[in-house]
Amino acid sequence: MKPAPFAYTRPTTIEEALIALASDPYAKVLAGGQSLVPLLSMRLAAPALLVDINGLAELETIHVSEAGEGVVRIGALARHAAVEADEDVRRVQPLISNALKLVAHPTIRNRGTTVGSIVHADASAEMPAVLMLLDGSVTVRSVDGERTIGVHDLFVGPLESSLAPNEIAVSAQFPALAEGTGVACDEVARRHGDYALCGVAAVVGVDGAGAVTSARAAYWSMGDVPVAVDLTEAFVGGRLSDEHLAAAAELALPHLEATEDIHATADYRAQLARVLTRRVVRAAYDDAVARRETNS
Amino acid sequence: MTQTQPTEELLDVRLIVNGASHDIRIPARRLLSDALRHDVGLTGTHVGCEHGVCGACTILLDGTPVRACLLFAVSVAGQELTTVEGLANPDGTLGPVQQAFKECHGLQCGFCTPGFLTTITAGLKDNPDPTEDEAREMVSGNLCRCTGYQNIAKSVCRAAELINGQGKGDQE
Ligand SMILES: Cc1cc2nc3c(=O)[nH]c(=O)nc-3n(C[C@H](O)[C@H](O)[C@H](O)COP(=O)(O)OP(=O)(O)OC[C@H]3O[C@@H](n4cnc5c(N)ncnc54)[C@H](O)[C@@H]3O)c2cc1C
Ligand code: FES
Ligand code: FES
Repeated sequence: MKPAPFAYTRPTTIEEALIALASDPYAKVLAGGQSLVPLLSMRLAAPALLVDINGLAELETIHVSEAGEGVVRIGALARHAAVEADEDVRRVQPLISNALKLVAHPTIRNRGTTVGSIVHADASAEMPAVLMLLDGSVTVRSVDGERTIGVHDLFVGPLESSLAPNEIAVSAQFPALAEGTGVACDEVARRHGDYALCGVAAVVGVDGAGAVTSARAAYWSMGDVPVAVDLTEAFVGGRLSDEHLAAAAELALPHLEATEDIHATADYRAQLARVLTRRVVRAAYDDAVARRETNS
Repeated sequence: MTQTQPTEELLDVRLIVNGASHDIRIPARRLLSDALRHDVGLTGTHVGCEHGVCGACTILLDGTPVRACLLFAVSVAGQELTTVEGLANPDGTLGPVQQAFKECHGLQCGFCTPGFLTTITAGLKDNPDPTEDEAREMVSGNLCRCTGYQNIAKSVCRAAELINGQGKGDQE
């Protein structure tokens, strides 16, 4: 199928883009188009006006700050592929590059944007869950000014974020990897590059003696919005064994919504969440220990 | 092709395809895949799923593989586009990736082939000497319903040989 007619504008400054977006209540932002164009072609969406932000070079920037706690700031026009290849991003918050490898195929990542993926708010997408796990934020602008939305106020429901219709997301902020912590992520998909049946990312903190001090995991494809769960209490005495990992998975399950669809039954999804929690938390622990060793 | 409603605004767009400029008048909603096929008249770019999954429509945008069915033509005006028609040698003989597909039987019906050829052309620029695993990874975003992929993976490795100048006659 083909998209329904729409008016089109391709502004060259963000101010022009904001004015265009505010001019029509049925206007929509076009970033990489890797989610929006299929929706238009299938006529699941029919905006009156598309504001193409691909001419806004100022939004392409990827900025890494190591001062204080450190942060990776990804501009709205940075493509998944550019973020994934950025050495500074990989060093300061390795979970970003790790997770981007799971997002679609390289050809889709060449065009799709990381910020677009976040504000599209697909609960099956990797980057919204990663932002949730790391407690990041998104900065948005409208003709009325700028605001920063913490990730816990960002995801409202399926494919729904808390952006107002006249707001453009200009950047997403991912906090840097904290000292003494490690990260990992993994997913199970029907085919490599497909949306996952279940995906998990984790951050685990360890002390100098190798004891677990904190453990958090985030899940995608396990409900209407991405979910982050604190699993620290499963690691009694800071110990990490198969039993502790199994307890962590059971701790997470009540927070998740394993649903049935044509790809998987609810039971199968829950089982994937168990297996992936054990696997990913252990990998994040190993990563934390390895980082402590290289730093000392 | 998209039916143009009488009231729908048409835009003047210049597409640069395989080094040649094409001035076309199209509605904003014209997908790049349709603009190439219907407005420019280059039917080498194939359309399978029209939602980004199959890879048949893959072209190069400033040298980088992208799905033509997920772009609006108006959005890439003035940028360098390369379609499968642009992969032959200047004298009209087959380019190295095309030659490799011919030698290794990398195609049967040929529907998926344009998307593989463009993807592999760019992939071998990034990684001129792929292992067999890397060759598979390179084409993992493209679907083929005929070949079973074995000969496509072989074609990737053969194309790398041809590009790296390892002679034409060394195929068993
Ligand atoms: C075959 C295929 C497989 C895929 N697999 C995966 C996958 O496994 N995991 C995954 O995460 N994604 C996947 N994707 C989607 C891909 O990651 C998209 O790039 C991403 O979801 C959206 O980014 P975009 O830049 O393309 O946004 P667009 O498609 O341009 O926009 C998506 C939505 O967000 C809005 N929007 C975008 N940018 C802004 C902004 N700056 N400000 C305000 N609103 C904005 C748009 O208005 C639209 O509503 C897949 C896509 C395809 C085609
Ligand atoms: S037609 Fe574009 S990916 Fe299938
Ligand atoms: S050769 Fe027929 S689909 Fe690939």
